[in-house]
Amino acid sequence: MGTRFDKLGAVIAAIAAYACLFAPFATFRANRIVPGEARSMLESLPPAAGWALMAIVTAAALVALLRTPLMLRLGASLAALVALAVLIGVAGSFLTPQDNTYARVSPAHGFWLLVFAFTLLLADVLTRLALSPWARMLTLAGAAACLGLLLASGSWDSLSILREYAGRADSFRAEGGKHLTLALGSLAAAAIVGLPLGILCHRVDALRAGVLNVLNVIQTIPSIALFGLLIAPLGWIAAHVPGAAALGIRGIGTAPAFLALFLYSLLPVVANTVVGLAGVPRAANDAARGMGMTGRQRLLRVELPLALPVILTGIRIVLVQNIGLATIAALIGGGGFGVFVFQGIGQMAMDLVLLGALPTVALAFAAAIVLDAVVELTSIRKSEVPS
Amino acid sequence: MIEIEGITKRYGESTVVDDVSMVIEPRSITVIVGTSGSGKTTLLRMINRLVEPTSGAIRLDGADNRSLPGYELRRSIGYVIQGHGLFPHRTVAENIATVPLLLGWDDERIRARVEELMSLFQLDPGEFSGRYPHELSGGQQQRVGVARALAAGPNVLLMDEPFGALDPIIRNKAQEDLLAIQKRLGTTIVLVTHDMEEAVHMGDRIAVMDGGRLLQYDTPDRILAHPASTFVDTLVGASEKPFRLLSLGRVGDAVEEGPAEGEPIAADASQRDALAELLWSGRPALPVRNANGRLIGKVTVDGLVRRAACPA
Ligand SMILES: Nc1ncnc2c1ncn2[C@@H]1O[C@H](COP(=O)(O)OP(=O)(O)OP(=O)(O)O)[C@@H](O)[C@H]1O
Ligand SMILES: [Mg+2]
Repeated sequence: MGTRFDKLGAVIAAIAAYACLFAPFATFRANRIVPGEARSMLESLPPAAGWALMAIVTAAALVALLRTPLMLRLGASLAALVALAVLIGVAGSFLTPQDNTYARVSPAHGFWLLVFAFTLLLADVLTRLALSPWARMLTLAGAAACLGLLLASGSWDSLSILREYAGRADSFRAEGGKHLTLALGSLAAAAIVGLPLGILCHRVDALRAGVLNVLNVIQTIPSIALFGLLIAPLGWIAAHVPGAAALGIRGIGTAPAFLALFLYSLLPVVANTVVGLAGVPRAANDAARGMGMTGRQRLLRVELPLALPVILTGIRIVLVQNIGLATIAALIGGGGFGVFVFQGIGQMAMDLVLLGALPTVALAFAAAIVLDAVVELTSIRKSEVPS
Repeated sequence: MIEIEGITKRYGESTVVDDVSMVIEPRSITVIVGTSGSGKTTLLRMINRLVEPTSGAIRLDGADNRSLPGYELRRSIGYVIQGHGLFPHRTVAENIATVPLLLGWDDERIRARVEELMSLFQLDPGEFSGRYPHELSGGQQQRVGVARALAAGPNVLLMDEPFGALDPIIRNKAQEDLLAIQKRLGTTIVLVTHDMEEAVHMGDRIAVMDGGRLLQYDTPDRILAHPASTFVDTLVGASEKPFRLLSLGRVGDAVEEGPAEGEPIAADASQRDALAELLWSGRPALPVRNANGRLIGKVTVDGLVRRAACPA
């Protein structure tokens, strides 16, 4: 008997059952700051749509629970997720009274649990399908396109997050740009400085321990403390070094945020460069010298290509970490999606918090998938290192 | 010609190669033998300056090997390292093309050369050029390693235990192939091994090393007959000496007049193989045929036993 059930499927079905029967699907508030009223799935949707969603979710949960073919599980998870995505929009317009611009409808935890459960199912299927790196990136692009389509179609416009967005479209775009500039810019700076530093550490034994220790210590300073620590010296520089202020260097704002992210990024880049270069087979290095390569040729043609997958793994860590950390930059006026998070916390408006948090999570997730795929593509060839 | 003159290498207190002098004739195969840690690799690597000597000099065709920058010198000398050392991220063709690429050959010339070498080493270009080293067998990796070292047509080829990782059958084949290729190209080969059998089989001359010192540098038969010290004698292996001596000679040189019964043996087989065949089949003599298949006489147990005795 036990063998007919899927273990993960049982968890998914349990979550789905709880979310359908006992948890609220949507929350209705008369305006954006009053406490919300919970609405169940059937209360949130027109009767036909409500029962249809109930049926789809039940069927998908059953598919998950039983041992079913992979393709069926894939179809079930996609159907459930698409139905949830479309119908939460319908719930928004269904619950909002006509011409009422103050009322707010937002997804409640029942909805989020369902999304979580079927994303889990989808992730499990994708893992078991063992997609190639290119297929994974294509899947990601497909998912992004679907999301873009849903947003552009306006079917979510009546949801509270998009209501918050509607009033802030311009600043959303600006802060998004700043967020990316902070995360990617500090990564680029860290790569430009960290790669040569890592190569130097690899070649000069005396330097290695010292540099890595200093970077390790920096890594342990809590981010808020590091932002704070940088305010005083940067403020001093702005006041005393001619031209610094003109360059945008100030005690608060983008400069300290950028610098802090840069400092955090250095350790993974340098450490992975050192580890990657140390992992180059001795025989390959020896052969390179024996064939008459100069130090530079050996570095560019043998050492770096062989260390690349490890170095890229470091870059992946940094990118995902920076996309998350850049949120904190808003605390010292550095901008980014964090602006909405902290405004939202200040105004007790959770929808505004989500407006900042969701794109951050999505970006980090996408960055992780893309870089994992790139790492795999670069390391395919040396699946085994000759002795 | 490689002239090694009073070469010494010290690491701190320890002397790894101690005042070694020897002259290596052009177009010959010189084998350096010795126990592990005796300084063979270090001596070899001082020839192409992967290791800089503490004192002494090495001249290649009369020119001091320090008259060029190290990397330029190494491009002109083939080098096969212990454990082949192929680049794992490069295909077979790219591996072989390494030195020609460093020398700036044009693409067409490189492509032609790579194909020529792959055919020479019995690697079908169509099948193997695009493969990565981990997709090859040990024997194929070894051949690619040698092909890579010969790519730019060097006069001198240094080989550090090139057959160490191969099974006996493949090793034999690889040794025969190398001998044939050496004959054809006329390359001067310096080969390091700790296998006396290989040394006797491959070497025109053998250099025996121990503790960094060159104990004896001589032809194989003289090393066998007149070991310079008890160490050389033990290295040669007392119980193996007669058979090693026989393995140096060809059947054609031991032919006696007269007929014999049975399947003939080829004149270019080794005398050791002939003796083994005689002992195994329990016969006193075997007919010998030359390369054209004509019978030219017989080889006898008595005759071979006489040849296996120490040539005083
Ligand atoms: N870079 C180095 N620094 C210090 N000692 C070294 C170095 N390279 C080699 N040695 C020492 O020199 C001695 C000879 O080494 P070498 O590699 O020449 O021996 P070998 O005869 O090739 O041995 P094997 O048959 O095991 O390869 C060894 O004792 C080794 O420890
Ligand atoms: Mg050695």
